[in-house]
Amino acid sequence: MTDLADPIKENVSRSPMREAWHMFRKNIPAMFGLILMIAILGMTLYGTLLFQGDPYEIVWAPHEPPGMTPEFPLGTDYLGRDIVAGLLSGGGPTLTVGASAAAITMVIGLLLGATAGYFGGWVDNLLMRVTEFFQVLPALLFAMVLVTLFTPSLFVIALAIGVVSWPQTARLTRAEFLKIKELEYITAARASGTPTWRIMWRFILPNAAPPLIVSATLTVGVAILFEAGLSFLGLGDPNVMSWGLMIGANREYILDAWWPVTIPGLMIFLTVFSVSLIGDGLNDAFNPRLRQR
Amino acid sequence: MNASYVIRRLIYGFLLMLGVVVLNFLLIRLAPGDPAVVIAGEMGGATEEMLESIREAYGLNKPVLTQLWIYISSVAQFDLGESFFFNQPVASLIGDRIWPTILLVITAQLLSIVLGVLMGAIAARKPHGPLSALVSVLSTIGYAVPVFWTGIMLIILFASWLPWFPVEGMQSVKLRNADWWTQTKDIAHHLVLPAFTLAIIYLAQYARLTRASMLDALSADYIRTARAKGLNERIVVFSHALRNALLPILTVAGLQFGNLISGALLVETVFNWPGMGRLAFDSILRRDYPTIMGVLFFASLMVVVANLITDFSYRFADPRLKDET
Repeated sequence: MTDLADPIKENVSRSPMREAWHMFRKNIPAMFGLILMIAILGMTLYGTLLFQGDPYEIVWAPHEPPGMTPEFPLGTDYLGRDIVAGLLSGGGPTLTVGASAAAITMVIGLLLGATAGYFGGWVDNLLMRVTEFFQVLPALLFAMVLVTLFTPSLFVIALAIGVVSWPQTARLTRAEFLKIKELEYITAARASGTPTWRIMWRFILPNAAPPLIVSATLTVGVAILFEAGLSFLGLGDPNVMSWGLMIGANREYILDAWWPVTIPGLMIFLTVFSVSLIGDGLNDAFNPRLRQR
Repeated sequence: MNASYVIRRLIYGFLLMLGVVVLNFLLIRLAPGDPAVVIAGEMGGATEEMLESIREAYGLNKPVLTQLWIYISSVAQFDLGESFFFNQPVASLIGDRIWPTILLVITAQLLSIVLGVLMGAIAARKPHGPLSALVSVLSTIGYAVPVFWTGIMLIILFASWLPWFPVEGMQSVKLRNADWWTQTKDIAHHLVLPAFTLAIIYLAQYARLTRASMLDALSADYIRTARAKGLNERIVVFSHALRNALLPILTVAGLQFGNLISGALLVETVFNWPGMGRLAFDSILRRDYPTIMGVLFFASLMVVVANLITDFSYRFADPRLKDET
């Protein structure tokens, strides 16, 4: 009988966030993604402390294959730089830019989307035209132009990625706000004289949170790929090693040595893959009924 | 689809392009430094006469609004300025490079839609079957792989192990003067790897979307009716359900076009494909701003045109929308 009683009790007593975590924890791919993400974060945060090596320093003969020299387990690149050192110190910038670009994307998207959705009318109309305008610009090209016009520091790169990626978040936020603002409790809040910003911030946003959290997670993945693409093209900060830069620098020599390009690419893939698994898991956790799909 | 709707969409597309031109104008002015020097680019120090002629051509000594007007009216005549690096008018430079990009993008788009829809439709027939699982695994992987890296991996694979496809450029040098049929075959041969690289990401997305959309369509009443009257299952799936399930695909395909162009930029660089992406890359390395701005203009124009086509074909495909204005 306890089997029957438990789920009911769980559904009643848990807050929505705890309920989602409960669902998430039982989702094997999602937990795998979370563990993978923690491992990658740990590696980039603590790896540089344990393993001190300058990624720019030439330490060995060029194109040493992986597994041949114990000191350089993943081999060396075309100049004879240690790949492990590159991976460890390149992860930080990639992840930092990815996360801060996603944060910028979310801030712009939330502000514009919430304003458009809540106020409607000409404000909505104007903001949606602006959104459509930004969707017409090919994002990577526009980011390339921004990074070239201004000095390519990590901040400018994150800003450029944020400026080109917000339209989707804005549309999603707008749709959620449009839906929620019609609900009765919002009318009640308005009738009781609650200030507008408080209705938007405290009453609507928390209820719009689940899809936005999922979208924010996936945005991190897209931003990481964006950063990798820019650094691959050589438009990243030239003084900072990153995974995309490693691929870009070694790509001329791929037919002589596959590892300096393949390994950093795998790291990018694993990072974005873990983000995507987490995002899918959150989506399932917030919408348990859609899981069958 | 009535005429006033078409005209309204066309005007709207035109306004979007006007926005792009204004943005281009603002970007050059916002860049740190003298705009004339910015436009001249990294030429190892442009001469004073050269800067003077740029100032003359762009009206840089005049008030800002006049400058904007000069810029807009020259773009309206497809005069995008002179590339100081390539020593050519930007418009003709892009005119040479735009067709390879259009060829690559459209091939990749068709490849991903056709294969993706086919995969998704077959997967939807068994929602918990192995193909369904494959579709969701592939779409997660497709989302996570950097497109330029896929391209490089394919180059390694096909250059050294399976020399079936050329891995660089668009045409073989020795076939430049062959008859058109040999040349067409040669270009198609070169197109395989870049188009496939670009298609891979979107293929899985279309498969996943088609599968979800097909599951919706297959549970509709008219499908039960079709089955009840004894129609062949293949006809039910492919001609009754798929037709309705395709509408969301069309919407996404239109929205994806901008991303596809961004992807093409990277793929062209990897495969040395002589298109606009490659041109953008080269001109950015040389800080050749007139060319960069020209590429931004034409790439946006491609997206606007693609959106218009999607809009119109959507109305064509969904008769319910035909009479709406």
